[in-house]
Amino acid sequence: MDEQERPKTTDDQAKGMSRRQFLVTSGYAVGGAVLGGVLGYLLPKRQEAAPPAAPAAEGNDYGQALMFFTQEQFSIAQAATERIFPTDENGPGAKELGVAYYLDHQLASEWGFNARDYMQGPFFVGEKVQGYQGRLKRRDIFQIGLREMQNYSQSQYGKAFVNLTEEEQDAVLTAFQNDEVPVTTISASGFFSMLRSGTLEGVYSDPLYGGNKNMAGWAMRNYPGSQMSYTQIMDKDFTKVPPRSLKDHVAHS
Amino acid sequence: MAKKLPKTDVVIIGVGWSGGIIASELTKNGLSVVGLERGRERTTEDYFMVHDELRYALRYELMQDLSKETITFRSNEKIRALPMRQYGSFLLGEGLGGAGVHWNGQTFRFLPYDFQIRSLTEERYGKNKVPAEMTIQDWGITYDELEPYFDAFEKMAGISGEENPLGGKRSSPYPTPPMIQTPSMKRFADAASKLNLHPFTMPSANLSTAYTNPDGISRAPCQYCGYCERFGCEFGAKADPVVTVIPVAKKTGKFEIRTHSNVRRILHTGGKATGVLYTDITTGEEIEQPADIVVLTGYVFNNVRLLLMSEIGKPYDPASGTGVVGKNYAYQVMKGSAMGFFDDAEYNLFAGAGSLGMSLDDYNGDNFDHSELNFIHGGNISFTNTGQRPIQNNTVPEGTPKWGKEFKAQSLKYANRVLKVGGQGASMPFRHHYLDLDPTYKDAFGDPLIRITFDFEEQDRQLAKYLTDRCSEIMQEMRPSLMESLKELGPYEIMTYQSTHNTGGVIMGSDPSASAVNNYLQMWDMENLFVIGASAFAHNSGYNPTGTLGALSYRAAEGIATYSKKGGILA
Repeated sequence: MDEQERPKTTDDQAKGMSRRQFLVTSGYAVGGAVLGGVLGYLLPKRQEAAPPAAPAAEGNDYGQALMFFTQEQFSIAQAATERIFPTDENGPGAKELGVAYYLDHQLASEWGFNARDYMQGPFFVGEKVQGYQGRLKRRDIFQIGLREMQNYSQSQYGKAFVNLTEEEQDAVLTAFQNDEVPVTTISASGFFSMLRSGTLEGVYSDPLYGGNKNMAGWAMRNYPGSQMSYTQIMDKDFTKVPPRSLKDHVAHS
Repeated sequence: MAKKLPKTDVVIIGVGWSGGIIASELTKNGLSVVGLERGRERTTEDYFMVHDELRYALRYELMQDLSKETITFRSNEKIRALPMRQYGSFLLGEGLGGAGVHWNGQTFRFLPYDFQIRSLTEERYGKNKVPAEMTIQDWGITYDELEPYFDAFEKMAGISGEENPLGGKRSSPYPTPPMIQTPSMKRFADAASKLNLHPFTMPSANLSTAYTNPDGISRAPCQYCGYCERFGCEFGAKADPVVTVIPVAKKTGKFEIRTHSNVRRILHTGGKATGVLYTDITTGEEIEQPADIVVLTGYVFNNVRLLLMSEIGKPYDPASGTGVVGKNYAYQVMKGSAMGFFDDAEYNLFAGAGSLGMSLDDYNGDNFDHSELNFIHGGNISFTNTGQRPIQNNTVPEGTPKWGKEFKAQSLKYANRVLKVGGQGASMPFRHHYLDLDPTYKDAFGDPLIRITFDFEEQDRQLAKYLTDRCSEIMQEMRPSLMESLKELGPYEIMTYQSTHNTGGVIMGSDPSASAVNNYLQMWDMENLFVIGASAFAHNSGYNPTGTLGALSYRAAEGIATYSKKGGILA
């Protein structure tokens, strides 16, 4: 619904030059900062808040590898989605649920390429009620959006996004949500909307897509996943039903 | 040069509900029918993995591939129409069974008032009640004339239900009993009854019990799995064309379905249709299928588009108000509603069926006095229990942040505690709401897209507010901890899902200068061409359209059978 890139205005296009200057001044291109970000993310502060480690038997999740993101993009996506859907007393957050892997796999799929959207020209700036009219594919929007989050973090705090405190990360996300970030090629709020809706998809879609690990997203809200029948409980008060996934429907030989 | 095939008695364009009904009824009558379907074959086995919210509800597995064809939209004639590049407002079907596969199964009959809306409105309130720009007109048929066909459709589909105390007269009860009443439905029904309203269990194509229809088709009862809307039914419990009428037609040996066949033009000479031209999209080959009778049974937009591209019928001109093809496009006003958050109760909202719910018609049609109101018609008010899937249902009280710790806590808390009472507002046609061919944007074959010119009117804003107030009264009586409701109806926008109940464009009537088809849905301008679908609705009512579309399809089938013997204009 709201995962739309805002139609470009001439005002936005006029800012094209300053963006390049912004990139230079933000020091984005420095490789060391990127690497530091990844390492920094893995280090102390986060570990304190981390949920209990998953059982050892789950260590070999071979689906947890990257099809699209670079290591840096993945780390930013993982940190950002964890702020959108954080670990708390109710249960795991986006990171533990595998949401960043979900996003990576989706962006590598036909969805990332807008394969089933109308992408023919001509392209015109439209009225707001006419929806997305851009040329960019979702994968382009994500790449630009994550880079701009990194730029903004550098310019505001002198640090990579993953090295910011939770409060600072929230401030960056809020700035994107409210279009307070000088982004040129995409709409900051449109990107934030995609990140937010993608997070909910990764939390609650069937685990086959790489998120909702161990159906823990469903368990938190008492959603039973894929059940063949609820006939027996329809006239009853609220009934807890242990979740099942689509894997249960596959006939294993 | 197109390859020319041997002639058939009847060719139908699109094999959804209308096409399936026409095929089953005409083949039973001994006619040979070829069904051209641009999408693929479908069976219930396809829905083995159907409990997949992401694939079906968010990635639109069963819907038309917009990269190949979409619609363009503009709010009014002053602005440039632009393509609907991604799904939002409504979902177009594709493949065997069409949109009849991914419907919820809510199967209402339009009210007697609907079919004579212009006369009855003027009779009760005077001629000035209808604004000059509002182009409502009688349908050229009465409810009583159409009633036997409603009955036929309901018996074929096995509709479950109980009599609507404020609906039209029924010749027989529903063929199967009402669906199970859940505790949340009871909460709605009790509240409505306390307000002296008339709630009834929603009529449902999700079978309440095992059922064998008059065609000998047996189906299993609904399991309340919560995956109807946007999904196919792996049990065959939800009536759709693939599990009801299509097998009946096939069994006669007189129905040939050709999938992946995209019809590009209806061919005609001397005022008569001679057949159709289509592209086999698996090979790119152009094929001509000659036929004695051509039946256009596509979705609203396709019906209008094919007529315009084939230069059949007089295109509607909003400036002069003349012409008929593209006239009276209407939609629906879905936003009048009230939402309740309940701290005192938790419900099995994850479970349900597409047509599990309670409804009332106290504020629909002309069932209430409009003398002091600035709109006509109204809407069916309902509470549904369709299955709250987790990605798309994360409702939190107003003022809660949209993300972060508080959002998470509140969305989990209310996952099974939010109930909504909603109005399905009728949409009246206006002179400058219409469909025509887009001058700029093309489909994958290079043919023009259909263009929608539409916006909400003052009538719709008044109606939405009125329905919101009525929904709020009922919700208040349901005693929520917290209630929210629509503030005002904004402009029509194409991004938010609202309803796939698009209607009009090839409307029926009794006057050839004001309608495109007669009450057998036979084209006034081409007697061997029938155009069937919600495209025939002269306005849109406060209900889901399928019941009325099914009735009109049975009526048309009867007309086509007669025409095949006698010829001529039927009405």
